[in-house]
Amino acid sequence: MNVDGIREMVKSGKSVEEVIQSLFDKIERSKLNAFITLAKEQALEEARRVDKHGAKGMLGAIPIAIKDCISTRGIQTTCGSKILEGYVPPYDAHVIERLKADGAIIIGKTNMDEFAMGSSTETSYFGPTRNPCDLSRVPGGSSGGSAAAVAGGEVPIALGSDTGGSVRCPASFCGVVGLKPTYGLVSRYGLIAYANSLEQIGPFARNVKDVALLLDVIAGYDPRDSTSMDKKCEYTKELRDDVSDVKIGVPKEFFGEGIDEDVEKAVWSGIKVLEDLGASYTEISLPHTKYSLAAYYIIAMSEASSNLARFDGLRYGLRLGKDKDWHTTFSEIRANGFGEEVKRRILLGTYALSAGYYGRYYLKALKVRTLIKRDFEVALKDTSVLITPTMPFPAFKIGEKIGDPLALYLADVNTVPINLAGVPSISVPCGFVGKLPIGMQIIGRHFDEATILRTAHAFERNTGG
Amino acid sequence: MKPQSYELHMLLSETPGDEMKDVIIGLEVHVQLNKLRSKLFCSCSTQYHDSEPNMCTCPVCLGLPGALPVINEKAVDSAIKVALALNCNIEEQIMFYRKNYYYPDLVKGFQISQYDYPIAMDGKISIEADGEREIRIKRVHMEEDPGRLIHVGTIDRSRYSLIDYNRSGVALLEVVTEPDLRTPKEARLFLNKLRNILEYLDVFDGSLEGSLRVDANISLAGGARAEIKNISSYKGVEKALLFETVRQKNLVRRGIRVAQETRHYDEVRGITISLRTKEEEKDYRYFPEPDLVPLRIGDRVDDIKRALPELPDAKRQRLVKQYDISDHHAKVLTSELKLANFFERVATKVDANLSATWIADVLKGELNYRGIGIDAFSPEHMIQILQMLKNDKITEKGAVQVIRTILDEGGAPPEIVKRKGLLKIEESIITRAVAEVIKENPAAVKDYHDGKNEALHFLMGQVMKKTHGRADPSMVSKLLKEKL
Ligand SMILES: [Zn+2]
Repeated sequence: MNVDGIREMVKSGKSVEEVIQSLFDKIERSKLNAFITLAKEQALEEARRVDKHGAKGMLGAIPIAIKDCISTRGIQTTCGSKILEGYVPPYDAHVIERLKADGAIIIGKTNMDEFAMGSSTETSYFGPTRNPCDLSRVPGGSSGGSAAAVAGGEVPIALGSDTGGSVRCPASFCGVVGLKPTYGLVSRYGLIAYANSLEQIGPFARNVKDVALLLDVIAGYDPRDSTSMDKKCEYTKELRDDVSDVKIGVPKEFFGEGIDEDVEKAVWSGIKVLEDLGASYTEISLPHTKYSLAAYYIIAMSEASSNLARFDGLRYGLRLGKDKDWHTTFSEIRANGFGEEVKRRILLGTYALSAGYYGRYYLKALKVRTLIKRDFEVALKDTSVLITPTMPFPAFKIGEKIGDPLALYLADVNTVPINLAGVPSISVPCGFVGKLPIGMQIIGRHFDEATILRTAHAFERNTGG
Repeated sequence: MKPQSYELHMLLSETPGDEMKDVIIGLEVHVQLNKLRSKLFCSCSTQYHDSEPNMCTCPVCLGLPGALPVINEKAVDSAIKVALALNCNIEEQIMFYRKNYYYPDLVKGFQISQYDYPIAMDGKISIEADGEREIRIKRVHMEEDPGRLIHVGTIDRSRYSLIDYNRSGVALLEVVTEPDLRTPKEARLFLNKLRNILEYLDVFDGSLEGSLRVDANISLAGGARAEIKNISSYKGVEKALLFETVRQKNLVRRGIRVAQETRHYDEVRGITISLRTKEEEKDYRYFPEPDLVPLRIGDRVDDIKRALPELPDAKRQRLVKQYDISDHHAKVLTSELKLANFFERVATKVDANLSATWIADVLKGELNYRGIGIDAFSPEHMIQILQMLKNDKITEKGAVQVIRTILDEGGAPPEIVKRKGLLKIEESIITRAVAEVIKENPAAVKDYHDGKNEALHFLMGQVMKKTHGRADPSMVSKLLKEKL
């Protein structure tokens, strides 16, 4: 079920209310646990309004699911954490304003790793989400709820956020399309920060066209986000069926050790498909890739340790019965409200920023980041896109890696360099290992979402996706 | 923490006339840029003083999850103005940093402040202590104000506190001095001068509650340094430093080592109390604020410099030169921009020296006595009063009475002079009245010549009666004696 599918249903005589209601029926019977909060009343009311007065905008009457770290006025927003249970934002994120202005109907907030810290959606306080392709497996993360909801046919499109792969990883594991925009293309106003300098809100859909459509709606300059840039174009119009001008770079550091053989094979055959369509490819090198995981985790955890300091239970969120003095109360609230992985990252981040360690860790990580950014700029001078496996392996079993944080961090090896460089990247399904989907990552130049969308679109049309 | 009675005891045991030359003081002065219309990172109003608690807030200044700061460029311009006025070097590019610490008045668990690349460094201000002294400014940086905690009772005994976030996010300027101040009085003089400059620049209104907060570092030469946090009044700074000077000297005298610690000034009790020692000092884990981009300011400095108003020292020199008034008067008149403007309005209409004397000495004294500002008096009224004085229409006493009446009851000079009968009577009229009184009271004249002094008082009274009390009594007495 994609955007066109919904439009067909309405055209063939179903009311919008019936369509939305059928989604809620499906979600309520679902075993996926893709949603934390359903906005049933608001969504059905909006549907009835559309049935009466007609739809408006690019997403008129299209239902959408929103990752639970994006602020929605009047709808609980928890970031998958106990500490924010019951927090109802009094304002809409920029992307939510855009969606509403273009007629989208928000049906609910999706499950995620707590504060987006994870690659499996298992660290959520609200329980793990299951992969629709195999219920015993994780959907990836941290935007696992959004990816699973789209893959499971519970909603046609969804928003996630991507700090180090959190859109692309679950897109890959669930067999849907997911895009991380260039840093600065989509306003972060209202996105509850995990690591501000790395993350972007990104769209999920079942095909590239719908991803482009959703990007058309959410991208654009917002004066409320100082890192936002006025660089948007009309992405749906860029999806012409021609990749003859596309020069593909294949970075050798993203293949080989640690990458599942089947995954590598599927991505290579994807590259061959594009070659058959007229694109050319060369093997290239991104020499500083091996430092990216370390740099990424230092920067992300450092920023996170500061971002998460505001959750003290004083103004919103978790309260624990009787208040004691300030220090005791906020310490107890944080001890009680945060999960293990969040605490681990706050501690590591605090350590990395401490006097005497700042230069050794944080500053060094920023220097590495500059080198990695330069790697990409150099590589993308002679090529128009880079293609790699999105994830080193397909979806793993629930519980399989949760006890081994380091193994989980290693899963991000192909996605985090992209966030460090700030370039855009899309994951498209490119095959299966058994019934488990494989994702192919197409990386582009800064603000050149058009080319990666067009390449992904051409690939998808010629592989029956 | 030692019991306060012990500290008070030490204060009282101080021997008078103790030298203070070995005291070293440095100040960190936080001033609100309260002339700005909006806060530092959001568009909420800075005019919260008449608002209900927590009403001048938005997701940004409440630090709600997901809200992002956007720099108020007008605040940056104000800060550049100040930096120029304090003779600082201005950075080409500025950056904001996060200062991480937990406190209930801090909505995000960090304060957006500056660290490397602050707005300005290496400035100076001259103050007039015993002779002119130059106080070096180490750095000037911008940061956001936290909310306001209202302790029920005192900070160390309060059972609970209330928080008002209206103040949260207001632009603060932190001015840090080198440890160049030598006495608590110099600290006060420095603050007065700083306030004066900021008000000349029209970036600061020092009369608003909470607009200024000072952290003072104080040590005796060679000794450990105590930091007194959050003193919120000009007088409080001097008092706290005085207390601390005495406390440290007494410790030294008793052979006790002064501890490096952070202390709180209790305005009500007039003492400082220990908050935490060095071992508990915080690591603020500064790092660049990722939600704000570095800001180039180099290219706007020249424009701001050109538009800079005349500053107190320059104005003082000009007033002396242009109006030929005394340096003392010029100093008093320029101690407040409004006062200087008032003077210049008046001095263009009446004699400048007369204006200077009457404004700097008389009017300022009457205003200070009543604890009110120059706004309470109109320059037009001053011009009228001085013109009447100059034209011999009223006496000096009468002029003072007009000023007092305006301040206490209101009204305009001509009407007050009339109502209170302050118009000075000409000598010829008094002479005529004296002649009449002598003629009409032969008995009293005789008594006077017989040496009865009361007779003169009687005759004077008769003259005053005839002139309806408007005659200058000294002149009446003089004329009577001549004629008798
Ligand atoms: Zn605000």
